[in-house]
Amino acid sequence: MAIEFDLDFIFGHINYWLFVILMLTGLYIVVARGNLLKKIVGLNLFQAAVFMLYISMGKISGGTAPILTDNPDEIYSNPLPHVLILTAIVVGIATTSLGLALIVRINESYGTIEEDEILELDRQKSQAEIDQVAKEASRSS
Amino acid sequence: MELVLTSLLFFALIATAIAIALVRRLFAVVMLAGVFSLLAAMLFVLMDAVDVAFTEAAVGAGISTVLMLGTIALTARSEKQPSSYSLVPLVIVVLTGLVLIYGTLDMPNFGAPDAPVQQHVGPDYIRKTPQDIHVPNVVTAVLASYRGYDTLGETTVVFTAGLGVILLISGLGRRPRRRKRGDD
Repeated sequence: MAIEFDLDFIFGHINYWLFVILMLTGLYIVVARGNLLKKIVGLNLFQAAVFMLYISMGKISGGTAPILTDNPDEIYSNPLPHVLILTAIVVGIATTSLGLALIVRINESYGTIEEDEILELDRQKSQAEIDQVAKEASRSS
Repeated sequence: MELVLTSLLFFALIATAIAIALVRRLFAVVMLAGVFSLLAAMLFVLMDAVDVAFTEAAVGAGISTVLMLGTIALTARSEKQPSSYSLVPLVIVVLTGLVLIYGTLDMPNFGAPDAPVQQHVGPDYIRKTPQDIHVPNVVTAVLASYRGYDTLGETTVVFTAGLGVILLISGLGRRPRRRKRGDD
């Protein structure tokens, strides 16, 4: 790839890189934090950064919001990314609320919303089941 | 002027995101998430997406904050101190970031009028909306008329999610509850 890293290129792309930084902060929270609610917040950050990336692609320098005016020479930014992201925001809140409901349900069953504690409880439960089966097998033989 | 505002917003957004990663009290996390949404809405206004901005402000800073507050009221107030720190997540995240930045190198400059995004149906919608739909707001015209079926599909998704939420948490409190962890 022949790319010139001149000032023009950097100023034209720095916004994408900043969106990538925001996206990665969200990803880091999802991967590194054990608290389920915080994972959802991280997922939301990631999602918001993707929305910003999309919207930034539709922007035209010197353009205005795509609401038609009487001036025939007006430049409008592209309305299509806006429509897509409007849909995505609403679907995003739907999935977030489903995730939050799952957290409430998990808290009801396990008494915690920390990932490692939930895994530990699961491990203990399956270990107890294995012990039970082994005991019954040794009794019947 | 616009550049100064955009840089300020970016700085605030990144600071908020890092604060969310560091803070342990979940109430603070939820509030910071609301702040993040409002800042994002401002950035959307600067990028000409006014409809997206007010949806983000209403949904991101409004409804989702309320839902999250309800969740922390029903579950825990603060995040547990992690028992061990691992470098693996950081490595994964940095690698992903490098790949993503490599992907952006091919992209057109920000705000370029000759970018591929600006070439096909977008300008068509702007040109035809006054004759076809007779509303000045092109985003509304595309959302509710040209791509109306997509919006219908979206409401189906929202309906399904609502159904899922009701099924998951109905009967909450009627079932016998386990002893609560003392997290205060």
